[in-house]
Amino acid sequence: MSELLGLTVAEAAGRIREGALSAAEYGQAWREAAAGDRLNAYLWTAEGGEEGNGADGALAGVPIAVKDIFCTEGVPTTAASRILEGYRPPYTATAVRRLTGAGARVLGKTNMDEFAMGSSNENSAYGPVLNPWDTARVPGGSSGGSAAAVAAGLAPCAIGTDTGGSIRQPASLCGIVGLKPTYGAVSRYGMIAFASSLDQCGPLTRDVTDAALLLGVLEGRDPCDSTSVGLGEVRLPGREDLRGLRFAVPSGIGEEDGIEPGVRDVFEATLRRIEELGGEVDSAELTHAPHGISAYYVIAPAEASSNLARYDGVRYGMRVEAPEVIEMYEATRAAGFGAEVKRRIMLGTYALSSGYYEAYYGRAQRVRTKIAEDFAAAFEGFDFVVTPTSPSVAFGLGEKTGDPLAMYLNDYFTVPMSLAGIPAISIPAGLAEPPGGGARLPVGFQIAAPAFHESELLDAAYALEQSIGFEAKPPA
Amino acid sequence: MIDREQVLHVARLARLRLGEEDVERMSGELSTILEHVDRIAELDLDEVEPTDHVVDLENVLRPDEPRPSWPREQMLEQAPDTAESAFRVPSPQAEA
Repeated sequence: MSELLGLTVAEAAGRIREGALSAAEYGQAWREAAAGDRLNAYLWTAEGGEEGNGADGALAGVPIAVKDIFCTEGVPTTAASRILEGYRPPYTATAVRRLTGAGARVLGKTNMDEFAMGSSNENSAYGPVLNPWDTARVPGGSSGGSAAAVAAGLAPCAIGTDTGGSIRQPASLCGIVGLKPTYGAVSRYGMIAFASSLDQCGPLTRDVTDAALLLGVLEGRDPCDSTSVGLGEVRLPGREDLRGLRFAVPSGIGEEDGIEPGVRDVFEATLRRIEELGGEVDSAELTHAPHGISAYYVIAPAEASSNLARYDGVRYGMRVEAPEVIEMYEATRAAGFGAEVKRRIMLGTYALSSGYYEAYYGRAQRVRTKIAEDFAAAFEGFDFVVTPTSPSVAFGLGEKTGDPLAMYLNDYFTVPMSLAGIPAISIPAGLAEPPGGGARLPVGFQIAAPAFHESELLDAAYALEQSIGFEAKPPA
Repeated sequence: MIDREQVLHVARLARLRLGEEDVERMSGELSTILEHVDRIAELDLDEVEPTDHVVDLENVLRPDEPRPSWPREQMLEQAPDTAESAFRVPSPQAEA
């Protein structure tokens, strides 16, 4: 990696603002790096040349990899689905506009699970992304292209979306930082909808400082998204210890959640580290969190089945011709959607159908209330809740594709925060050997905070990051 | 257990055409997933309010002022088929 590519985003933007580094030279170095993508991380990369606005901005001259779920004017936007092949949106998502307004440029659009439905990136219509640590393994999902690009040095930073763990889990499996902000922190305008009450945009970066920097640019109320409220100022983190802070570990963790021994070791070592830094660790009852997967896999598919009704071959995207309109809808959707998307549409449609609505959707929304109440109660005595981000390290390509439920259980630790709408970050905490043996792989540590407490969350994550000193890099 | 008839009924509601193999597979997969989901049936939730939205927001309104909308031609550019400044679809007649 050249010296330029070794800079953090904060360092590079600082040098560009001071005039010590040319934005054109820095951008060119990253375009060359992105052109060397052998992981299938990108679906589209910029030719270059165009200068961004905001040369004095917080992200002056910084190239950013953007998950292909964000609409970008005139640039192909597919959500990794055949049904949007060739689609060029007439407008750009607010999140992307805020980044470019601060001086960033779009480096490329990254691969993902189709419509963000998946935990391995194997549901992309354009082929899976490979994990840079071991190309026989998945990068996680659904923001797998964004995570792999940052981990492999194909982008200095990226944005993704997280509905039930889609930023945090791939960040964990690729050994980088991933932050899901409070629901409402970042505008969803122009972000292709999966499950609207859960979807949230956030950064994937090499370190916590860069995550804070990006979040500070992304957040804000947007008249185009009535559910957006913003955060106000996001402080750049600088805390060096954890004195006076209390960390809750959900009681019963490790009992029925399928944690791999290597992941558990790294998690426990990180808890000891918190105590060394002056933090207090104790267990807390989060009784309903284990029901998160059940609630999530009703609510998210239900919302998806409604959101994806718009892909009907009429206004944009592909159409399969048929003599009659209903036939045209059915043929188009049959050809345009992949297997997992169809499965979730079916699941969601079933859960919302007459006679089943209260038993599934209604109950799931009540479980959601209980999960949020459990967190609120925990936060009365604690500053943060911590868990492993994922029960496993990166698993093999094809290992879980035949078993949808096994795939869904990857989200065990990340889904409860999504349902409660609270912010959570995954930071790399160490390496662990996979269950079948082999080279050691990254393990993420998840920290969750009360809604709108991103600055405190980033500060704690920073102190822990400095102490862990995670320096491992994927092999070439 | 989601049987073949239910799968076909839901597929019709969702406007998805499923192949014969898909129907079989979907029946098994949906049954497995719903069996897991059914664990929430054991919880006592009678007194619990459902969460529709996690952020406390009410009536987010903007001033009701006229403003330009997207140009029609631009909105039609991505459509598979258009006619006379409108989206064109096949005949709805065949469905009785």
